[in-house]
Amino acid sequence: MFRILIICLVFFSPSKLIALIEVDITRGNLNPLPIAVSPLSIDENSRKNFEKILKKKDIGSEISIVVEKNLKTSGLFNPLNKDAFLQAPDIANLKPRFEDWNLIKAQALITGKVSFVDDKLRVEFRLWDVLAGKEMMALAFTTVPNNWRRVGHIITDKVYERLTGEKGYFDTRIIYVAEDGPKTRRIKKLAIMDQDGANNKFLTLGNELVLTPRFNPTSQMVTYLSYFKNLPRVYLLDIETGMQEVVGDFPGMTFAPRFSPDGKKIIMSFAKDGNSDIYTMNLENRIVEKITNHPSIDTSPSYSPDGKYICFNSDRSGYQQIYIMKNDGSGVKRISFGKGLYGTPVWSPRGDLIAFTKLHKGKFYIGVMRTDGSGERLLTENFYQEAPSWSPNGRVLIFYRETETDDKGKGFSAKLWSIDLTGYNERLVNTPTDASDPSWSSLLSN
Amino acid sequence: MITAISLPFLAKKPIDLPPIVSIELIQITDKTNIPFAPKAKKIIEKIKEKEKKLVSEQAPPKKVKKIKPDAVPMPEDKLEKVEKIKEDKQNPEKIDNEIKQVSEFEKDELFDPNNIAALIDKSKTESAESLKKSNKITQDQQRNVENAGLSLSEEDALKAQIFGCWSIPLGLPYNEDLLVRIKLQLNPDGTVSQSEILDHARMNRPGQGFYKVLAESALRAVKLCQPLRVPTTGYERWKELQLNFDAREMLEG
Repeated sequence: MFRILIICLVFFSPSKLIALIEVDITRGNLNPLPIAVSPLSIDENSRKNFEKILKKKDIGSEISIVVEKNLKTSGLFNPLNKDAFLQAPDIANLKPRFEDWNLIKAQALITGKVSFVDDKLRVEFRLWDVLAGKEMMALAFTTVPNNWRRVGHIITDKVYERLTGEKGYFDTRIIYVAEDGPKTRRIKKLAIMDQDGANNKFLTLGNELVLTPRFNPTSQMVTYLSYFKNLPRVYLLDIETGMQEVVGDFPGMTFAPRFSPDGKKIIMSFAKDGNSDIYTMNLENRIVEKITNHPSIDTSPSYSPDGKYICFNSDRSGYQQIYIMKNDGSGVKRISFGKGLYGTPVWSPRGDLIAFTKLHKGKFYIGVMRTDGSGERLLTENFYQEAPSWSPNGRVLIFYRETETDDKGKGFSAKLWSIDLTGYNERLVNTPTDASDPSWSSLLSN
Repeated sequence: MITAISLPFLAKKPIDLPPIVSIELIQITDKTNIPFAPKAKKIIEKIKEKEKKLVSEQAPPKKVKKIKPDAVPMPEDKLEKVEKIKEDKQNPEKIDNEIKQVSEFEKDELFDPNNIAALIDKSKTESAESLKKSNKITQDQQRNVENAGLSLSEEDALKAQIFGCWSIPLGLPYNEDLLVRIKLQLNPDGTVSQSEILDHARMNRPGQGFYKVLAESALRAVKLCQPLRVPTTGYERWKELQLNFDAREMLEG
């Protein structure tokens, strides 16, 4: 009996009763992560060679600037001022003095070096966790020297993915309609550029009106609409080879051709017998299939990333709203119920959201909602803006915005803007001319 | 032929696109294999020696950091600051000083719970006096407090501190089970002597990239927040602490 008492005392003594305290951390800060991008070091011989080829004095610094700008525009990182760095770029061969980087409050650090090897550009970089004092990633890339900007974008993608958990969107391109001239006589050309606005190229000369270019999610192929002899015509353009192809002439008003997720079909709307419905065309056999059959105006179709559903725009309720349906046209369901008119729905590549343009009380909004219509969030408001297009990771939207003209019809401009899902990181995307109808490519390096 | 003529393009040249970049992987290990610079090593050793001296002679180095985290302290400055801290230690107003160092956002959150706690304590004492409860009951209450978790104000203070340190990786999906549990062994001054991710194996499993990113961000938050704002008494209660990091609420918006 005495023994039992002793055992009970041992087991139920106060010290044993202390349970492990658990604290739930459900909130954090959304401040951009402080990151130090050390200029990539370069040896003297390589520096001279690259200066000859690329006319750049310090290609290591140039690449690090590309990385830094990318990280900053993402809104998720805060690249620290290089003037505050205590260690020189030559640390590429050394383990960083983490104390030095801790002092300037860096939580992550990128170091690396550039070298000239067999007439090629070789870039090594490392990502360090400053607080843990350990290496997180080390990669090397070899390419032709002219590719140096892409190397910067690929490094950013790798760093972004390692630190945020989702794929990046920096090694991508944007195709858009470049506009020039007065509002009533606009010259519209197809143009393409890197996502940061560099390497802009015009693909057409502006003889014909071009509209709504859209990237194929699986390749560097583009579909767009052009008016030939005042008739709408859908084209395919292979960006890599420059080959173009007419998909077909379609009657009446034709709108916004867009690829299916597997790239094998295009989906669009056109008016047959005065009624606008949604159709798909198989690109292999050119068979056209009618998907909706309703007396209302159905337009702007966009596939879900798995290809099983389509979201589109219809006025069948009396007002322009967003609907989803199965890919065979069955199970039509309205998902937008807010005040105002909804248009240009685009399914996110992540599959969780649908972006849209909304018109309410004379203002245009770009917003997102879940695929069941819940959780509507308006990200940005302006005089006139529309045509959102998703970055390949589904985090950022690019769209175009027009400014109001004055009484004399002056002051008009159309520019590309980007905004991320937080709604706080809104940025002007630089283009050499006015621009509209942007479409974001998938990652080039995939 | 008809197709070619009907095209709206005049520029037929293929677009000049750069060739595909080849990617070569370098072996990634937990520890870097980059040789440690002899110069850097010397400097770090020097700093460490100085820090050791400071710890043994005066006060914990964390207090030095708290006073002026942005500056690189000169050796003379360090000694002066440490002396000041020593004075602070004996000063009952120390808690106020600590609160002043947190951000404006946290200040508001911290102020009220502490005051409420003080009021609750006061009211407890008053009611105890008025009811003339026996000493035995007071000891039981004391034991209950020790055996229970942190008080609301203590927990709020700790949470508010970690909220400020935790940069949530915004790319994580909100609809996945991504709870990271970290067990901490704490020193009496709130510094972390050991941290352990309870489901560490999950970090290296294929397809658990999101979990790894979240776990790393949580570890960074703990390191950044050191010393943790722990109660001044009852070390036995909180010398082991489990933090459950869950970003879903924030990611859902």
